[in-house]
Amino acid sequence: MKILTFFSLFSTFLSANSINVEENAGQFFSSGHTNNWAVLVCTSRFWFNYRHVANTLSVYRSVKRLGIPDSHIVLMLADDMACNHRNPKPATVFSHKNMELNVYGDDVEVDYRGYEVTVENFLRVLTGRLPPSTPRSKRLLSDDRSNILIYLTGHGGNGFLKFQDSEEISNVELADAFEQMWQKRRYNELLFIIDTCQGASMYERFYSPNLMALASSQVGEDSLSHQPDLAIGVHLMDRYTFYLLEFLEDIHPASKANMKDLFKVCPKSQCVSTPGHRTDLFLRDPGSALITDFFGSVRKVEITMETINLTDLIKEAEQNPMNEKPQKVTYSYVDQLPVSEIIHQKPKQKDWHPPDGFILGLWTLILLVFFKTYGIKHLKHIF
Amino acid sequence: MGLLSDPNRRRALISLLTRLNAPICVVCYMAGVAWFMGLAFEPFTLRTYMSENAMGSTMVEERFPAGERALATGREFSAHKKKVGGMPVDWLVKTMQARGLEVFTQRFSRTLPFPDENKERYLVKGTNVYGILRAPRAPRTEALVLSAPCTPGDNNNQAVGLLLGLAQYFRNQVYWAKDIIFLVNEHDLIGMQAWLEGYHHTNTTGMDWSPLQGRGGSIQAALSLELSSDVITSLDLVLEGLNGQLPNLDLANLFYAFCQKIGVLCTIQGKLQRNDWDSVSGYSHSVQTMMLMVMKQASGRPWGDHGLFLRYHIEAATIKGINSFRQYKSDTTTIGRLLEGMYRKLNNLLERLHQSYFFYLMPSLSHFVSIGYYMPAFGLLAVILLLRALDLWVQLATPPPRTEDGVADTDTLIKSAPSQMSSPGVLSVLTPLVISHLTGVEVAVEHFPVSETEAVVLTAIAIYTAGLALPHNTHRLLSGEGTEQGWKVLKLVAVLYLAVLLGCTALINFSLGFILALTLVPVAAFVTPHVPKILSAFILVILSPACTLLFSVFFFQELQEMPVSFIDGWMLFLSVISQGILDHSLYGSLVYPLIALLVYPCWLLFWNILFWK
Repeated sequence: MKILTFFSLFSTFLSANSINVEENAGQFFSSGHTNNWAVLVCTSRFWFNYRHVANTLSVYRSVKRLGIPDSHIVLMLADDMACNHRNPKPATVFSHKNMELNVYGDDVEVDYRGYEVTVENFLRVLTGRLPPSTPRSKRLLSDDRSNILIYLTGHGGNGFLKFQDSEEISNVELADAFEQMWQKRRYNELLFIIDTCQGASMYERFYSPNLMALASSQVGEDSLSHQPDLAIGVHLMDRYTFYLLEFLEDIHPASKANMKDLFKVCPKSQCVSTPGHRTDLFLRDPGSALITDFFGSVRKVEITMETINLTDLIKEAEQNPMNEKPQKVTYSYVDQLPVSEIIHQKPKQKDWHPPDGFILGLWTLILLVFFKTYGIKHLKHIF
Repeated sequence: MGLLSDPNRRRALISLLTRLNAPICVVCYMAGVAWFMGLAFEPFTLRTYMSENAMGSTMVEERFPAGERALATGREFSAHKKKVGGMPVDWLVKTMQARGLEVFTQRFSRTLPFPDENKERYLVKGTNVYGILRAPRAPRTEALVLSAPCTPGDNNNQAVGLLLGLAQYFRNQVYWAKDIIFLVNEHDLIGMQAWLEGYHHTNTTGMDWSPLQGRGGSIQAALSLELSSDVITSLDLVLEGLNGQLPNLDLANLFYAFCQKIGVLCTIQGKLQRNDWDSVSGYSHSVQTMMLMVMKQASGRPWGDHGLFLRYHIEAATIKGINSFRQYKSDTTTIGRLLEGMYRKLNNLLERLHQSYFFYLMPSLSHFVSIGYYMPAFGLLAVILLLRALDLWVQLATPPPRTEDGVADTDTLIKSAPSQMSSPGVLSVLTPLVISHLTGVEVAVEHFPVSETEAVVLTAIAIYTAGLALPHNTHRLLSGEGTEQGWKVLKLVAVLYLAVLLGCTALINFSLGFILALTLVPVAAFVTPHVPKILSAFILVILSPACTLLFSVFFFQELQEMPVSFIDGWMLFLSVISQGILDHSLYGSLVYPLIALLVYPCWLLFWNILFWK
C-alpha cells in the first residue's frame, strides 16, 4: 500500500515536473535576450576624482562576478588613479574606507584608457561606427537579442555630462545615439544607470523603446560623495554607487530579484539626493525584469532527466510560386524626428520669471530719451 | 536736440556742475572714507572658503611623530651656529645628506649703498644651504619650498630643527608628486633674493651670487617658517609681500582650515579673532586688524621671507610661532602635523593656485573683502579729482566776464582770448612741471659718497624741503606775469596727472593708492592762489607725502599697541626712509621711487599753484 501511494505520488510529481519542463522550455526566451553586454564609463580624470574611478571599477567587479566576461564588457576609464604619484598605496584603488576592498588588480581589462575616453569614442562604441582596425575588445558587438547595461559616472549638470574636463555630451546626443542603436537593432533591452549631479536630466530625452533608466539625483540636486578616507586623502565612492554595490553584493546568478528592488536602492535618507528612474519606454513590466537580465550573464540551463519530444518531421520549405508575392514582414520604425510630438509638446513647467529688469530698464531709458529728444509732437512725422 | 548737444540743457548741466561742485566733492570724500571704514564691518565681508577643487577639504591624516627630535636638532643647530659664529654650513650639509636629500649650497655677497642701521650690516656675505627631496615616482617638473631663515643669536633655531625633522619624515613617504626643497637662507631677505635670482636665472638687483648646482621644477608654493620657542600659543600668518603684493587667498584659506582642524590658535597681524562684531569694541578690533594690513601693504616692503617669492608668481606666506602668556600651549609635533597637512594638500595641486582672489583685505582670518568691494572707496575719491577737472575745463572754456573799461571789442577779445590762453598756458605749465620733476629726480637718484644712513636720509629731506622754495624761483623764468588762466591750466593738468597717478598706484597697491588719495585729493581739490596763504601753506605741508609718512609711522605704532614718543617716532621715521631706499636698491621695491619721482613732484605743482602770482 505504502509503495503504491509512494509510487503514485512519485508519478504525479514526475508528470507535474514534466509539464513544468515543457513550460520551462517555452519560457526559455521569455525575457527575449540571449547575451549580455556592459559599457562602463568613467568620465573624469585627476586625483580628486578618485571616487568616479572607484565607482566604475566596483560596478565592473559586480558585473564580472555575475557572469559577464571581459570580452562583453567595454570599460572606459582614465585609469590615472592606481599609478598616480599621489597614491599612498600604489597599484590599488579602494572602494571602502580603511582600505577594505581593492577593486583594481591585474584582472581589470580597461578598453579605453587615458585620453581615449572621449565623447566621440563613446558614441562610436554605442553605434558601432568604428574604424575597421579597431580590435574586438574595443567594440560593442551586440545584436538584437542583447541586453546592454550602460553605466556612466562623473561630473554632470542639467542636461550634460562632462568628459575629462574638456568636452560634454548632452542628453539629446545620448537619446539620439540610443535611437541609432534601436534602428540598427543593436539591443534588445537597455538599462541606463548614471551617477552624477542632476543625473535625471540625462534620461529626460530618451524616446526609443525598451529603455530603462536610473539616476542618482534629480535635476537641481547634487550627488554626494561618500567614504572619506584620511590615509589616501580623497573620497573613495559616491553614495548612490556605494549602496548600489552593497545591493549587488547580495545578488547571485540564480537570484530572482527584479528591477523594482533596484529602484528602492539608496532612498533619500541614505543618499541625501533623490534617485530617479524612468520605465515608460520599457515594454515589459519592470517587476518581471530580473536584475540578472542586465547585470549578469545568466545562461539559461535547466538540467532535466526527462526526454522532450523534438522529433517533428522537418518539413522542407515549400517553393513559393513566382506569381505569389512573398510575405513581407514590415518592421515599424520610430519616427526619426517626431515633429508632431515636438510641435504638440507641452512646454516644460518652468518657473515664471519677470522680464529681466535690465532689459526693461534699458528699453525704458531708450524710449524716454527718444521722446525727450524728439518730443511727443514729432511722433506724427515718424509714424 | 540731444541731451548734451542742446545748448540750453548743456548750460543747465554745466551750471549745476559748477554750482554744486564743492558740495559734491565733500560728499564724495565722506562717502569714500565711510565706505572704507565700512569694509571692516562683518556683515559686509564674506567668509573665507576653499576655491581650489584639487585641494578640497582638510581630509588628510597627519602622522608626524617627531617633534621632540626636531627640537633636539634645533639645539644642535644653535650650538654649531654659536661655534661658527654665523651659518654652520658644513653641519647643515651633513645633516641634510643624512636625511636623504640632495644638498647644494650657494654663496652670495652684496655691498649695501649705505650701512643698514636696523640690522647692522653693510658688506654682506653669506651662504644659502638647500636640500631637495625628490618625488619618488613623479617627473621633476614641479616643486614646493619650505624655508627657515638662519638669524644670528637665539632666534629661529626651532624653525630649522622642525624643518630638518619634517625633511626626515617626508623622505619616508611615497605620495609626493612634487619635489620639496628645504631651504635655510642666511641674512634673511638678501639671501632669499640671491637664491630666487639664482633659481630663476634673473639678475634684477645687481647682487653677486654663485649659480645653483641643483634645481627642482617650477615652484608652485612656498612657506617660510619662523619659530623661536619650544612651545607656542598661537600661529601668526603673514601675507604682505614686496610692493604690496599678496599671495592667493587660497593659501590663507588652507592655513585657516588646518588651524581649525588641528585646534591651534591662529591669528593674522598678531590679533586674535573676535565674535562680537556688533559691538563697538568688536568692530574697532576688526578695523584695527584691517588698518594694520593696509599699513603693511602700503609700505611696499616684504614682511617675511616669503615676500620675495610673489614676484615670480609663486604663492607664498610666512608662518610665525608666537609664545605669549596663554595657558594652552601647542608643541612642535602639532606644528609639524599642521605643516604636514598643508603640504599634503599642496601636493594635490595640479596647477598653480589661481581660483581664489589675488587682491583682498582681511579684517580677520576668517573674513575677507575682495577688490570688487574695496575699489569703490578709492573710486569715490578719484571722482573728486575728475569733477574738479571738469569744473576747471568749464571755467577755462567760458571767457571771463569783462569788468574793466578801455577794452576795444568783446568780439576781438573773445577771438584773441583762446590764442592768449594757449601760449602762456603751455609755458607756465611746463616750467613748474619740469622743475618739480627735476627736484624729484634729485631726491631719488642720490649717489651716496657719504656712507652714513643719517646723512643720506637727511639729505633727502633737505632736498624735499628745498623744493618748497620753488614757487619763488619759477616765476623768474616766466616771461610775463602769470595770468588767471595760467594757474587754472596748470591746476587742470596737475589734477588729471594726480588722478592718473593715483589710479595706477591703487590698481597695483590699493593701500598705498588709498592713503595717498586720502591726503592728496583734498589738497588738489581746494588749492587755488586765492585761498588764505599762510593757513593753506600749513595745511599743504601737513598733507604732503613726507608728513603723511610721519603720521603713518605714529599711527602704525599705535595700532600695534606700542605707542612711541615724538623723538622715537622721528627716529623711526628716518629709519623708514632709509629702509625705503635700501629696499629699492636691494629688492627692487617701487615705493620710494614712486613717491620721490612722481608723487612729490605732483604735490610740488600744487604748492606752485598756491603761490601763483
